[in-house]
Amino acid sequence: MPSAPVRVILPGMLRDLVGGVAEIEVESSGDAQTVAELLDRAFAEHRILDGKVRDERGQIRRHVKVFVNGEDATRGEGIGAVVPAGARVHIINAVSGG
Amino acid sequence: MTETVVAIGTRKGLWIARSSDRTEWTLEGPHFLMSEVASVAIDTRQGRSTVLAGVKSWHWGPTVQASTDGGRTWTESAERALAFPSDTDTALERVWQLTPDPNDADVVWAGVEPHALFKSTDRGERYELVRGLWDHPHRPTWEPGFGGGAVHTIVPEPGHPESMLVAMSAGGVYRSADGGATWSPSNPGIRAGFMPDNEYPEYGQCVHKVARGQGDGELFAQNHNGVYRSSDNGQSWQSIAEGLPTDFGFTVLAHPTRPGVVWVVPVADAGERIPPDAQLQVQRSDDAGATWRRQAAGLPDHSYTCVLRDAAGLDSADPVGVYLGTRNGDVFASADEGETFQRIATQLPDVLVVRAAQLV
Repeated sequence: MPSAPVRVILPGMLRDLVGGVAEIEVESSGDAQTVAELLDRAFAEHRILDGKVRDERGQIRRHVKVFVNGEDATRGEGIGAVVPAGARVHIINAVSGG
Repeated sequence: MTETVVAIGTRKGLWIARSSDRTEWTLEGPHFLMSEVASVAIDTRQGRSTVLAGVKSWHWGPTVQASTDGGRTWTESAERALAFPSDTDTALERVWQLTPDPNDADVVWAGVEPHALFKSTDRGERYELVRGLWDHPHRPTWEPGFGGGAVHTIVPEPGHPESMLVAMSAGGVYRSADGGATWSPSNPGIRAGFMPDNEYPEYGQCVHKVARGQGDGELFAQNHNGVYRSSDNGQSWQSIAEGLPTDFGFTVLAHPTRPGVVWVVPVADAGERIPPDAQLQVQRSDDAGATWRRQAAGLPDHSYTCVLRDAAGLDSADPVGVYLGTRNGDVFASADEGETFQRIATQLPDVLVVRAAQLV
């Protein structure tokens, strides 16, 4: 039985790059996947987002946050953090700059 | 109708100034608002009106964007245009320099941070790491300058595709005689006064900018303390700082058709970084640095700003246009080779790069 999809919610600053798409649903292949696996799937059809959220090593950019069910994954295990089925994942541009 | 275009990259976006007569100017922008634009190239080869920009969003990272209509509209590749290969375990920080190759109209070079050179063979759509420089045994010992460690200067040699030069702060000048496959330091005569013992090391000089002159093998270099000329294509360097108000500065420009004509923008001192006597000015030499004269008509006094290494450029008209951008967001243009300047933009963010060209 398929698991509930994960909802990846994009920040406003990135939506213009993908035709106004605000949210990407990613089917869960099992009970859980890592943030890295989730982003691989979420960005498969929106390649331009990959370079915005991650550097070429696959690391989340310094001023980008990924929240999994309201918890800041970038403070914990980062791209290795586990994303449960049905999770809500927010990609957020950090409140930084001058 | 020929149009003069001045691309102005700043800390928070790109502006484009346009003029049909280099007297009346319009200003468009910002493009890429809130993103730093540290490098621009205007590619007029084969009649193109292509503008390439190294754009860095503080949130969404660095990239290269392209315009084929003279900077009016821009596109970004969905895939990363420029990225380090996975085996380097390195991430791109910033694109510092974009240089169309004079020998191959499909080639564009990119100098980036961390210290690396990339090459595009498809007019700037995709770039690949130049392994010869990346694998150089000196690379781990190149120190970052205050702005970061980057290949910030790329000087190909027209008519000799095998010959090119790069410069970096603080690695110095490196030359290749085989199209970039192998590289050697080439700093004889360039002083590194900040070094405690050997002031003339093989490499490690803080070269701020190098420009190719029109004399045989002629190059000019502005250093962190020191202004130099080479007449043997960078194999050796001689000081030409005598007669200047200061030997510090960031940028150097060489006339595109007349040998021996060179401009620098002097900066009072490494510890001050303001114009000498608070008078914004360029210093021009018509004899390859033997003598200098100040050009400041139309430039402000009581000025405490600074012109950074890429914030000055020339167009290709006759007489040549000279353009300066300042850290306090002014851009000045001269249509008479520096004799008089007018302000064509003001109140912009700090200017990082200025490039000018005539588009048909």
